[in-house]
Amino acid sequence: MQPFTTLSGLVAPLDRANVDTDAIIPKQFLKSTKRSGFGPNLFDEWRYLDVGEVGQDPATRRPNAGFVLNQSRYRGAQILLARDNFGCGSSREHAVWALVDAGFRCVIAPSFADIFFNNCFKNGALPIVLPTAVVDRLFSEVAQQPGYRLQVDLQSQQVTLPTGEHFSFDIDGFRKHCLLNGLDEIGLTLQHSAEIRGYEARRRNEAPWLFTASK
Amino acid sequence: MAGKTLYDKLWDAHRVYDNDDGSSLIYIDRHLVHEVTSPQAFEGLRLAGRTPWRRDSVLAVPDHNVPTTDRSQGIDDPVSREQVATLDRNCAEFTITEFMMNDLRQGIVHVVGPEQGATLPGMTVVCGDSHTSTHGAFGALAFGIGTSEVEHVLATQCLMQKKSRNMLVRVDGRLQPGVTAKDIILAIIGRIGTAGGTGHAIEFGGAAIRALSIEGRMTLCNMAIEAGARAGMVAVDDQTIDYVKGRPYAPTDAQWDQAVAAWRQLHSDADAVFDQVITLDAAQIAPQVTWGTSPEMVAGVDGYVPRPADLSDPVARDGLERALQYMGLEGGVAIQDIRIDKVFIGSCTNSRIEDLRAAAAVVQGRHVAANIKQALVVPGSGLVKQAAEREGLDRIFIAAGFEWREPGCSMCLAMNADRLEPGERCASTSNRNFEGRQGPGGRTHLVSPQMAAAAAIAGHFVDIRHWQGGH
Repeated sequence: MQPFTTLSGLVAPLDRANVDTDAIIPKQFLKSTKRSGFGPNLFDEWRYLDVGEVGQDPATRRPNAGFVLNQSRYRGAQILLARDNFGCGSSREHAVWALVDAGFRCVIAPSFADIFFNNCFKNGALPIVLPTAVVDRLFSEVAQQPGYRLQVDLQSQQVTLPTGEHFSFDIDGFRKHCLLNGLDEIGLTLQHSAEIRGYEARRRNEAPWLFTASK
Repeated sequence: MAGKTLYDKLWDAHRVYDNDDGSSLIYIDRHLVHEVTSPQAFEGLRLAGRTPWRRDSVLAVPDHNVPTTDRSQGIDDPVSREQVATLDRNCAEFTITEFMMNDLRQGIVHVVGPEQGATLPGMTVVCGDSHTSTHGAFGALAFGIGTSEVEHVLATQCLMQKKSRNMLVRVDGRLQPGVTAKDIILAIIGRIGTAGGTGHAIEFGGAAIRALSIEGRMTLCNMAIEAGARAGMVAVDDQTIDYVKGRPYAPTDAQWDQAVAAWRQLHSDADAVFDQVITLDAAQIAPQVTWGTSPEMVAGVDGYVPRPADLSDPVARDGLERALQYMGLEGGVAIQDIRIDKVFIGSCTNSRIEDLRAAAAVVQGRHVAANIKQALVVPGSGLVKQAAEREGLDRIFIAAGFEWREPGCSMCLAMNADRLEPGERCASTSNRNFEGRQGPGGRTHLVSPQMAAAAAIAGHFVDIRHWQGGH
């Protein structure tokens, strides 16, 4: 996994609440058996006027000029500014893969849906929760200042504004450690194999019906 | 010291070790797998040279991409076909039990697990699918995971998790006739919102929940995720134990008695403390109909679509205006004046035998209205379909103008050929009314099976509590 340490990135605003993972990456693109290539279809139904199908050449699509992320000033954005309950709905990790594939490494919102939030950390992406009042202010500054950028420092858990003002955010210690170092979580868990086997031996004794083989 | 909640008990029984930051490694008893969220996980195992930790804990079934029409010729769409074939290959390579597309036991993963007894009380159950919360109906800790976590569970049998907070949703009293588990959960979501349960595990309790059948409890827990909670659950009682008994994966003989004794403990202690408690009066719940593009945009069938002008918060007003525009509705319209084009009875929320019986009872001897372009019934599994056919439900639906299909996720998310055309309006027993969910431009109204069936006959929504069968 790509480590996440610091990021200085252009900010793109998506000013609507309850953005669901069906909107982030529509179902037809979930038929892929790969982890990459979802970027061109990020927010497909909002981003294009024609209906998205698997295997289209993005150059032949009709972009929706009214969709905020199609504005040239947000091209190359790495930080997505969003509203409450971002990433609700389906557990599809494809939503995070699409954001990362489109260049986003960080999403800032007042709240996230749990599964999406969790999926971010597995892909070197950082979801940051900031208070609604701060997010309101960021939306207004992004709108007023073309080229608006934020600095994100994971080690110090701070988001810094162009004025130098900064806001702190929370993150669990284990997630932070894995993100900073780009660690393979499976490898870390397997270092505890003996404890897992010990747990299994105890449970097999207490609750043997949980270990009946499937037929 | 306060007693433990059901969730506390399930959590504690599955902790392998704790980290300093409050997260724990949690052991997973049952891993359900489907074709959409698993290919990258199996590929990850292969690339790292890893093998599944406990193959016997895994049960796989294709459900999202499968056609609901004749399957003898396979799947037409080459991309869908490849995804199902990939699941078949992965299960063969890693020696994982799979109910393949033409197996009688195939169906929607959240219908198949409980039907087989592969979901048992007290288990941790995961699947790369947010509606895994369904299995909490058995007093299990069940939640949806992403594909990286699917790979993690395959490789280690465990997940690193942070404990959620405890929420109790207590529904007291008795439901009115015609009001169902679906209406309860939609009413709860209407009350607390789609983020109301975020960060929480929800236990559903109270007299109205105890009175629900196990299938009703599955409907309820299924949509805990639409209330923002990864896990929903109901305590074990006699109904739970009766439902599990004799199923193919259920324990037998001495192990059965031992298991039942343990399962009897799967309830919150009387002195358990919840971080949040929400109460509803069942008698006050009307049949629910969603009118917008989020499950929290819901009203009683005797209600109206809200007006943007009545909202003061600008983000909420923008959201409402956008939803009404997408749905092609005006604020102030009576729910019962909304006319529909299609009807979908199915999905992991409402495709079990009791759902089909309830819908069939409504349509028996009647016919779908002239404005209904298509009405689909998609049973949750091959075994549900077989049971329904033995009872003659298929003939009732077909005589009423419905199509009787093969099992799968179907038009709940339209990954197969079943979908809405742009602008079409659907009464659907599924769980999500997001933009484009049932097809680009499609408009979804979430309802119970009885309400969907009655809407099919009337051509618009009607109040099932008073409806006499007319248009």
